[in-house]
Amino acid sequence: MKIIVAIKQVPERDARIRIDAAGKWIDLQDVEFALNESDAYALEEALQLKEANGGEVVVVSAGPEQVGKTIREALAKGADRGIHIESDDLASYDPLGLARLIAAAIRDENADLILTGLQSDDLGFGQTGVILAEVLGIPHASLILKIEAAGDGVKVLRELEDGWFQHIELPTPALLTIQSGSSKLRYATLMGIKRAKMKEVRVVPASELVAADPLLKPGQPAITLERVLLPHKQRTTQMLTGTPAESAAALVEKLRFEVRVL
Amino acid sequence: MSSVLVFLEAKGHEVSRISLEAMAAGYALASALGLPYDVALVGVTTNPIFSTIHGKAPRTVYAITHTLLHAYTPDAWCDAYAELIRARKPAYVIFPHTYQVRDFAPRLATRFGQVLISDVTTISADTSGPPVFTRQLLQGKLNAQYRHTPQPGEYAPCFLSVQAGAFRADAHEAGSTVLEPFLPELLGCKPRTDPGDPFRASAQTVDLTSAPLLVSVGRGIKEQANLPIVEELAKALGAELAASRPICDAGWLPMERQVGSSGQTVAPKLYLAVGISGAIQHLVGMKGSQCIVAINKDENAPIFEVANYGIVGDLFEVVPALTAAVLKARR
Repeated sequence: MKIIVAIKQVPERDARIRIDAAGKWIDLQDVEFALNESDAYALEEALQLKEANGGEVVVVSAGPEQVGKTIREALAKGADRGIHIESDDLASYDPLGLARLIAAAIRDENADLILTGLQSDDLGFGQTGVILAEVLGIPHASLILKIEAAGDGVKVLRELEDGWFQHIELPTPALLTIQSGSSKLRYATLMGIKRAKMKEVRVVPASELVAADPLLKPGQPAITLERVLLPHKQRTTQMLTGTPAESAAALVEKLRFEVRVL
Repeated sequence: MSSVLVFLEAKGHEVSRISLEAMAAGYALASALGLPYDVALVGVTTNPIFSTIHGKAPRTVYAITHTLLHAYTPDAWCDAYAELIRARKPAYVIFPHTYQVRDFAPRLATRFGQVLISDVTTISADTSGPPVFTRQLLQGKLNAQYRHTPQPGEYAPCFLSVQAGAFRADAHEAGSTVLEPFLPELLGCKPRTDPGDPFRASAQTVDLTSAPLLVSVGRGIKEQANLPIVEELAKALGAELAASRPICDAGWLPMERQVGSSGQTVAPKLYLAVGISGAIQHLVGMKGSQCIVAINKDENAPIFEVANYGIVGDLFEVVPALTAAVLKARR
């Protein structure tokens, strides 16, 4: 089974949020990057499927040069090779433009399965995978927690709302978006890190894909981010300060006399 | 003539609450732009569910009916909805941001060369220019304003989904709504996914929704071995213990204690969040609580945006101090 995992490098969870000069994104100076959380689970599912059924795991990621680091980390965990769609200008694509770019880079791979995380921790559209399935003309299922090979396709466990689940069967090739928490994530071993240095990462400049297909040209999004703002509070939060004992005592006062739950 | 079209979803035998909120968003947008608004729901016109559509009276309620729509599949849903959109040509197509919408709406929008503006929290619209849609980035730490910027020429509807709880459902208003069947042809539609019946993993033994007091724990607790400090606080308060998703994913607490979009939606008298940053998926499950208290080391954590009382500090120091103070007050 050949499995492609589309992964994204995102600012780390604890990254400091300062709006940049253009007002369209955060200032990335001093920001550390990490593999998007649900993408890490997508990679884990792919590696487990390969262990169970054999085959190949290929990771694909789009972004500037630094994205190569995240691809290497995926290779160190056990992916066989990588495809890096190199672009310094991804912000000028909307999710549809990006999905078309990824489709152009992986179409000839003819993978049996394409996995992505459910959504990115930065832009959070939760769409790139589903759109990619439509662009490639293959079926998809989203919010997947478990995958097993079944007949000519796969049987997957899908999470529904309010603690409900359902099984879905679908033929391959198919695309699945993976929910976080599906299984325990592995760490890269020292041997894995060493081996990763030898593995192939094919760099595909986005400009090369654009030259072949004018639909992929940047700067023609259907939706446009105009500006970003810091959220304003929905409630007036009363901050209780002081030592832990002082703030605890102040909170108990509030719980007794204002909230009246003590 | 252009219009606003809102697709509704059923929950059991009724239209879901978030669908009624999407209707309110649709009505507000339509009024600001001077457009009529219509709604659509899968089902036959005689189904009693159509009488549970409440809010400002739409111009038309479309009852989308076809045998391929008995069980949800993204293929049949995309095909059927695309037929209605092509037939009526709304300028705006609005969905409630549910798991099902997340599953098919991006595909549907792609068929029109468009992109769903997902999980919208506010809409600013007047007749002076195109509407501005706000959605949250970076787990709620940043707001972003988007506009629909279609390429000129082709029919290009604007697709958006609205976040649960972001819009208040309107009080019911009777009007001259027409209930109209819409029978898609679905020519050549062969759903490729075969869905099984929904099931629950295990019998629920904890009902968080009926607990008046909840102490909820998140990532900040760092490891399972640290859980007793929040358990002691819950015990001192006489509260049920709840958790955010990562805690249940890790298996530290059972799934039935999870609050948020994939867990339970709660509105207790007191919701005390310990080490929970407040990702959107968590906030939608608890922001209706009467009083929210947050203890977190990060003063910029989104949980403080919905909290009534906040303590910025190390939970490993604050929580034991709080437990002691509660026990002292109880004595």
